[in-house]
Amino acid sequence: MSTAAIKKTGNTWRIVDIVVAALIAIAGGVIFWAWSQGAAAVSPPINAVYPPLTGLIAGGWMIPAVLGMLIIRKPGAALFCETVAAMGELIMGSPYGASVLFSGLVQGLGAEIVFAIFVYKKFNLPVALLAGAAAGLFCGLNDSFAPWGWNIAYAAGDKLAYIVFTAISGAIIAGALSWIATRGLARTGVLSSFASRKAAAEPVFS
Amino acid sequence: MRQELTLRGNQALLTRANPLSKFAAVVFMTVVLALSIDWVSASVALACELLLFPLAGLTLTLLWQRGWPLILAAAVGGWSTSILAPDSGRILLDVGIWSMSEGSLELGMGFMLRGLAIALPAVLLMSCTDPTDLADALAQKARLSHRFVLGTLAAMRLVGLMAEEWQTIGMARRARGVGSRGTPLQRVKATLGQSFGLLVQAIRRASRLAVTMEARGFGGGDRTWARESTYSRLDVWVLAGGSLMAMAAVGAAVFAGTWSFVGG
Amino acid sequence: MPAASDGGASSPTRPAAVTARGWGWRHAGRSRPAVHALDLDIRPGERVLLLGPSGAGKSTLLHALAGVLGDVNDDGEAGDSDESGSLLIDGGAPRERRGRAGLMQQDPETQVVLSRLGDDVAFGAENLAVPRDAIWARVHEALDDVGLSHLPLDHPTSALSGGQKQRLALAGILAMRPGLILLDEPTANLDPAGVLEVRDAVGRCLDKTGATLVVVEHRVSVWKDLVDRIVVLQPGSASDPAVLLDGPPDRVLAEARDMLAAAGVWVPGFVPATRNRASDGSGDLLLAAEELAVSRERPRRRRFKSIPPVPVQHGISAQVRAGQALTITGPNGAGKSTFALTLAGLLAPVGGSVSATVDLSQGAGIDPYTWKADQLIARIGTVFQEPEHQFVTGNVLDELMFGPRHLGRGEERVDELLERLRLTELVDANPYTLSGGEKRRLSVATVLAAHPQVLVLDEPTFGQDANTWAELASFLSELLDDGTAVVSVTHDVEFSAALGGTELRLGTTEAVAS
Repeated sequence: MSTAAIKKTGNTWRIVDIVVAALIAIAGGVIFWAWSQGAAAVSPPINAVYPPLTGLIAGGWMIPAVLGMLIIRKPGAALFCETVAAMGELIMGSPYGASVLFSGLVQGLGAEIVFAIFVYKKFNLPVALLAGAAAGLFCGLNDSFAPWGWNIAYAAGDKLAYIVFTAISGAIIAGALSWIATRGLARTGVLSSFASRKAAAEPVFS
Repeated sequence: MRQELTLRGNQALLTRANPLSKFAAVVFMTVVLALSIDWVSASVALACELLLFPLAGLTLTLLWQRGWPLILAAAVGGWSTSILAPDSGRILLDVGIWSMSEGSLELGMGFMLRGLAIALPAVLLMSCTDPTDLADALAQKARLSHRFVLGTLAAMRLVGLMAEEWQTIGMARRARGVGSRGTPLQRVKATLGQSFGLLVQAIRRASRLAVTMEARGFGGGDRTWARESTYSRLDVWVLAGGSLMAMAAVGAAVFAGTWSFVGG
Repeated sequence: MPAASDGGASSPTRPAAVTARGWGWRHAGRSRPAVHALDLDIRPGERVLLLGPSGAGKSTLLHALAGVLGDVNDDGEAGDSDESGSLLIDGGAPRERRGRAGLMQQDPETQVVLSRLGDDVAFGAENLAVPRDAIWARVHEALDDVGLSHLPLDHPTSALSGGQKQRLALAGILAMRPGLILLDEPTANLDPAGVLEVRDAVGRCLDKTGATLVVVEHRVSVWKDLVDRIVVLQPGSASDPAVLLDGPPDRVLAEARDMLAAAGVWVPGFVPATRNRASDGSGDLLLAAEELAVSRERPRRRRFKSIPPVPVQHGISAQVRAGQALTITGPNGAGKSTFALTLAGLLAPVGGSVSATVDLSQGAGIDPYTWKADQLIARIGTVFQEPEHQFVTGNVLDELMFGPRHLGRGEERVDELLERLRLTELVDANPYTLSGGEKRRLSVATVLAAHPQVLVLDEPTFGQDANTWAELASFLSELLDDGTAVVSVTHDVEFSAALGGTELRLGTTEAVAS
């Protein structure tokens, strides 16, 4: 017996991956719910000015997708976290009803595609920003063109403006914030059992 | 928050239906209602849903407590649609970038009602569905991976704790001189710092919980279920009821001539 | 699944044997092994207490025996975890013996898996693929064994006390019918009543099942009479074996009493020496509570009226005086911490008042709750039970500088505190990465760096080893002599005695009402 007893897990999900990802996701769902309540306070004035601007606060809904993947670093993490987060919001009572699950799935898919393009090997700042932007883009597309989308009846120019805003918001709020948070978490040592434990020492751009 | 995540004491009829059938009925209604923006189908669906509330053990007071953000959100959605949708008919309002016409106002009204008609079934579903039963059904009936389903269910229990810890961390940080009062920027910074503190605790707890679960043999091969998730005749009624409500909404709108398909 | 075959409710437990031969383990990302060259034999049915300084690898050993070590997220790079030698349960690797060992950890909140009592007990048995009927028989038997059978099966686990949660965890372990029970500081987070509750439940279950026990705990007196062997571990190296001492409890304690006490282990009957008070303090009144009612809940708004929450405790009057200690004691749920936090200006009083005298407030107003955060920290410092809740920066030095910088004050006290609380070596470390004792010392230091006249501490000695305990008690007695008022919430009788002063005992609300 020696090192053979250590199971190399590679890309399969361990229990700790599942529980931590789910926790990030559900906490995200509760934050969504709070965010929705906050958005309810912020969005009427924004709406009164120019409704597509609400896209700028959409990034808050996409944090679980990017943060989950940056921490867990396993295929499917973005999709899983964002879908479970949507489930969490559904349980708390979402203004979007069951359609929030589709939104979660679609946003998670946006981030997941970016990480997949980099074959789950790169988790630096540009990739995080891209993933956040893609989640935002998918969110904007879903809201503007899916039948349950909230902006389905907007004129085309307004839809375009909204989609640009959600992508920017996704990149900054979901992408950059998650990346900063992951580095901070790695420094505290709580990520010691994840591949992201070295996140704080990784180069920013390469 | 814990009370909102569990259902103890709710003895209503719909709590006894299988979560999957309730879920299927809600998803079906959501998709059908999403196909058209018109006030007739939305109003009919909304009226049916309100009639069902007692079956889920919901009272009007409870509905109001949980539902007011939904109403506000729906109203905001209606407003933005009515000023941004392409105009048709008489112009009612035209100030700068805002313009509202008879056509866009009708669309906005329909949109608001539709938003509520889509949001309420989910409230109905969740107020009569215990997360534990939902997990049982997802793993046993829908055959989703039990590792993911039960891992998520266990993590969900920690979220209630996190809500309490959030308050404690807030006080603990005030005792360090980090104020939650001040300019909006300071408040955002304070909230981000507090969230980070909570995230550290949450990940630590989740990692320990994962150890507990593994030490109890979780994650291995086959497992048995102490409680079987079952279907009953009630589930047939739930599915039939959901379909009937969706059909009634569509039928009424087509009959009234207001049905307007979102794609068209 | 081997466990499925002996799945009947009445099948007897077969106690497990443990064998370690030159076993070692290095965690991923660490340079030093957590355990090195461990040779140990535990016979079936033996009850072993594991002792040793922090860093001796006690928890690592328990985790390995529970089969939860080694599922590491490695990518084949340097710094991955590493195992050497062999560690066997009944001659097989622990990972392949799922269900043979059951593990209970320290934090009760993470020992509960599901939200209904019965489901939680059934969880382990389900995972071992025990047939459905046999599971419920096991659940009832296990709940009976740990004394929780009076509660309904759908009782919410969140409503249990800490001691009950640990007993529930024990029931969940028993329902798996393990031959080896592993307890990793199972009572460190519990109040004295909870400690006995859990210890007695473990004793009963062991008597009944005859299972092998390995328990890690630094309060020896709790477990001494229940175990028949003590093994003392040390941080192993190439030259020293990992097992330092091994034998019957009385012999090991007699031989190694001084050595264990020096390592911070709570040896029975030993109270570490602490500094004596030099003066009685000036006794000037700083802060007073009158007919105070307290609650953590905030007032709720209903139809434009504010409904105050139901207080957990009311009618409390107390005085805080310069240079004097006030200890708040009482059973769990009596509102001790809530009262302390209200006194400290962190919670709004539900009824009655907290008022600061001019000596303390210095122009900031009477009610501490209305003070701004920076006014508060310069007057009343509060040390929370969990040090991590109070960390706001990325390294120890910034953490200490934070208060003074915030107040625009000099940082002269920082060096003194670093020195006095032995943190000088750690200035660059991330606060979250410190050991339990270091975190406790840092949290006290950070609060003191803002020069408060009143220091409020919530369970400061909880889970601390004897060394940190003695250091803290001595340091606080110095502060008292310098004129700081020290208010502490504590279950720790020796600690109250070391600080002296007055005791405020809170009863349960019912007791107060009658």
